[in-house]
Order: sequence, then structure tokens, then C-alpha cells
Amino acid sequence: MSALSTKDPAGAARPADRRPPARARRRTREQQWPAYVFLTPWMIGAGVLTLGPMAVSLYLSFTDYNLFDPPRWIGLRNYTEMLTEDPRYWRSVGTTLLFVVVAVPLKLALALGAAMLLKNLSRGRAFYRSAFYAPSLLGASMSIALVWKALFNDGGTVADVLGAVGIPTGGWVGNPDLAVYAVVLLTVWQFGAPMVIFLAGLQQIPPDLYEASALDGAGPWRRFRSITVPMLSPVVFFNLVLETIQSFQVFTPAFAISGGDGGPADGTMFYTLYLYERGFTASHMGYAAAMAWLLLLAIGVITVILFRTSRSWVFYADEGGR
Amino acid sequence: MTIAAKRWLPHTVAAAGLLVLLYPLAWLVATSLKPADEVVTSLDLWPGRFEWSNYTTALEGVSGVSVTRLLGNSMLIAVGAVIGNVVSCSLAAYAFARLRFRMRKAMFAFMIATLMLPHHVVLIPQYIVFNQLGMVDTYWPLVLPKFLATEAFFVFLVVQFMRGLPRELEESARIDGCGPFRTYWEIILPLSRPALITTAIFTFIWTWNDFFTQMIYLFAPENATITLALRSFVDQSSTSAFGPMFAMSVISVLPIVLFFFVFQRYLVQGMATSGLKG
Repeated sequence: MSALSTKDPAGAARPADRRPPARARRRTREQQWPAYVFLTPWMIGAGVLTLGPMAVSLYLSFTDYNLFDPPRWIGLRNYTEMLTEDPRYWRSVGTTLLFVVVAVPLKLALALGAAMLLKNLSRGRAFYRSAFYAPSLLGASMSIALVWKALFNDGGTVADVLGAVGIPTGGWVGNPDLAVYAVVLLTVWQFGAPMVIFLAGLQQIPPDLYEASALDGAGPWRRFRSITVPMLSPVVFFNLVLETIQSFQVFTPAFAISGGDGGPADGTMFYTLYLYERGFTASHMGYAAAMAWLLLLAIGVITVILFRTSRSWVFYADEGGR
Repeated sequence: MTIAAKRWLPHTVAAAGLLVLLYPLAWLVATSLKPADEVVTSLDLWPGRFEWSNYTTALEGVSGVSVTRLLGNSMLIAVGAVIGNVVSCSLAAYAFARLRFRMRKAMFAFMIATLMLPHHVVLIPQYIVFNQLGMVDTYWPLVLPKFLATEAFFVFLVVQFMRGLPRELEESARIDGCGPFRTYWEIILPLSRPALITTAIFTFIWTWNDFFTQMIYLFAPENATITLALRSFVDQSSTSAFGPMFAMSVISVLPIVLFFFVFQRYLVQGMATSGLKG
């Protein structure tokens, strides 16, 4: 169930591989050229639009480049400026980390809770599953970002309702400390996508596991801890990695809620927004490229950490446990 | 807890959750029909007076470009992206899932790795390339990459599906003298329809919603998409134009809502399998 594994896609355990190696080799030879023909578009894309640009952006990150004049080599200057002299950079790092750390667990917890709720629903499960999923399709749109801005603005529904129950927050959108939470809630609102994945995972847990433990006298909490959590852990892991990577790259809602400038007072200056501002508004393409590479590095490091920790809590039944 | 309560509690929680969840959408539709003075003052969802002229104002479009044109532009890009992704991802996926060739493991690992690659790392050089090719402010930068299978997510999705098809299909095809090309076209492709439909729907919706790439590459008002127009509409208008702005918002999400109602089975299943198989 590890969707992110890089296991051999044709399946090493397939009967084809149990044949004598000579035949396998012949098959490889026969299928070599057809395979490359099928892969041609992908290989061109991987080279021209992925690997090449990665190399170029790595190079540009060591230059001063404004798109019009030729790039000028400045060594590590972009990186040192970013890390030591640019408070706005650190502000954007802080905002993005705060966002990821708050939004991802909230969204996944809600998704898991909703999935367990729907699993126990006798009727209407398909209806609720679709209805809960709908925000995930609409949430990335400019329209919903604008709705969010209005709902969380001064005089919007959220401030009014909270004010009426004695929590005067004022408009979140205009408040540098609260604006980021409007974006958090917009992300959490889209919990339907991981919920659908959780629900499918829950439905794959063999019911006899629950029946056996019920016979042994295990209560609901015990069953959740000892059966649901370990059996679902690969799916939790998949969702965790996916949502974390996506959350680092959130852009449209931050852009719309701040009016495009990361305001108020850089309160919604997310990493990608600052990258866009440096690169495309201020024409510091080299600086933006350096930012992109540090983002890649950060995502890489966090993914590796997640994979490392996963060994201690992700349970793969098809590997006979750990 | 009584038996009745135990049965009704989950339904009550689900229904309450649904109300909260759908509130922003109801608010969007309601506001699009409200006259200017009601938008800020009234918390009531139901408009006191229906202001249908919001929609006529919205239909006029932005900067002299009509909404029909804007929707047409969005549609052109989205349909181009759909065709590109379905063709290129199914080709690559077939090779990864069903053929043996040298470097397969390395290439597949690279493809998986690009799943995690933030778009921003390749953004600037891609922009430079398209700029040099004179393609900025055309739809090529938005559509061409899809024909080159750059969206690893969909390659992966289709690979996962094709891996599940029985191996015997190719064995018997080979006995009948079918090479890889005919096997792909006549056997694997038709059987992969569910995965290809999922790819098509997600590509459509994501491209339709896309804002970042469109903002970077498109400038001329007549090239604008509905998303970009919505954005400039906000810049041009004050809160008094809330009604027309949200009328335009409703128009811009309509295709997605329509897609959702028609294809929800594929959407939900596609999402579920992406995280489970393998």
C-alpha cells in the first residue's frame, strides 16, 4: 500500500521474472525500442522542461539576473543575503512553517474523523462522501479565495459571528497575526480529498479483525488504537507527505487574500508569494531561483525525515509487519 | 446512549458538518444576487431583493473582453491540457507499467521524484525558454508541457492502473502476433479508460482553477482567462461592485460544479485509488 515507494512498476514477483534470464533478456531487447518510442514525449519533457531547467535555475541562483541583461555571477551572494540580511525572507519562512504546522495536522485529523464517521453511516455514505469532497475541487479557485477574503474581512460573517458570541476578533484579513489563519481554514475546508483516501483505506481493513477483538472484549478506543491506527498508517503517511509538500507551495489563496502583496504587514507573505514578488515583480530572477532551490532542499529534507520516522510508526501488513 | 440516539448521532453530525462546509458556497451564490447595499449590512443569506443585473454586469466582462470570450479562452487551455495529459501520460505509463527496457528503474525513480519537485524550481528557466521562443502571452507555455508528460502525478496514476491489468493480456496478444504498439492501442488503452477519464477530469479542473501559471504567461486582456479576469475585476472595483464580482465568480466555477455532478464517481474513485494501490 505504499504509494510513494519506488518499487519496480512491472512487479518483481510477476511470473515473467521466474523464467530463465535468457528469455527475460530477449524480452528486454525486443521491447527496448518500442519502450523508448512510448517514452519519447516524457523523456523530452523530463530533459527540456525538468532536468535542464533545474540545472539552469541552480546556475541562476548564483547570479544577478533580471531577464534582460545577461546573468552576472555573484557566487553565494543571493544565499547569504537571503539568510543573513533579509528579514522579509525569514518572515516568509516563518509564515509558511506556521501554516504547514497548523494546517496539515488539522486537515488530516478532520479528514480521518470524517472518514470514520462516514464509514459507520448506514445510509447516505456516498452522498456525504461526494458532498464533503466538493470543496477540494473548488478550494483552489480564485472565486473561493475571494469568498474567503469577504467572509474573513471586517464586517464579514466570521468576525460578526465571533463578535456575537463574545470573541471580538475584528476582520482577520486586515490583521497581520490572523490573516494566515484565514488561509489555514481555507485549506482545512478542503479536507475531503484526504478523507476520500482515508475512507478507502478504512474499507480495506478486514472486518474480522474488529470482530475478533470485540470478542476479546476490546472497547471502541482500544480497537481504534490497536487495529485502525496501524492498519491505516500507510495511508496516513501517504496523506501526510502529500499534504505537507502541497502546503509548502500554497499560492492562490495567499495572493487573493492579501491582494497580491502578502499584506497586511507581510502577514500572508508565504514563501511562494515572496518568491514571485522577488522574481517577477522586482525582477530579481537569480534571487528567486536561489529561493526555489532552498525550497526544494527544505521539502527534500522534510520528506526524508518523514520517511525516516515512518519506519517506527507505519505498519505494512503485506511485509508481515515491520 | 439509547439505540435510537446511537443511530441518529452520526447522521446529525454529518448533516451539521455539511451545513458548515457548504456555507461559503451558499454565501457565494446569495451574494451574487444581492444589491450593493445589502452585501455588507445584512447577514441574511436570502437576498431581500434579487439583483439579477449583477449577472448582466458580469457578462459584460473585463476591459472590453466579454465573459464568453474569457470562458472560451479558459476552455481552450483546459481542453488542450486534457488532450495533452491523456495522450502523453498514457504513452509513458504504458512503457513504465508493461514493457521491459534498460534504465527502467532509474527513469521510474526519477519520475516519482518529480512528484515532489516544487514547480518553482523549474519556473524561471521555463519562462526564459518560452520567452526566447516568443511564446509568452500565447497559450503554448500552458498547453505544450502537458504533451510532454510533465505532470508526474498522472503518469503515476495511470501506471498504477495499468499495473493492475492481467499479464495474460499481453501473452495472448503476443501469440496472436500483436507487437507493443497494437497491444497498447487495441488492448491496454481501452481497458485503461477509467484511469484516463480520471486524468482528464482532474486535468480539466486543475487547469481551469490554475492562476499562477496563467498570471505569469498571459498579459493581453483578450488572451485572459476567466480566472485572470476575475482577479483584475477585483482590482478595478470597490466593495460596491461586490454583487457583479461574485456573479462572475459563480460563472467561473460553474464548469467545475457541472463536472463534479457529472463525474463525481470517477473523481472520488480516482482520488481513492491514487493513494491506495501499489
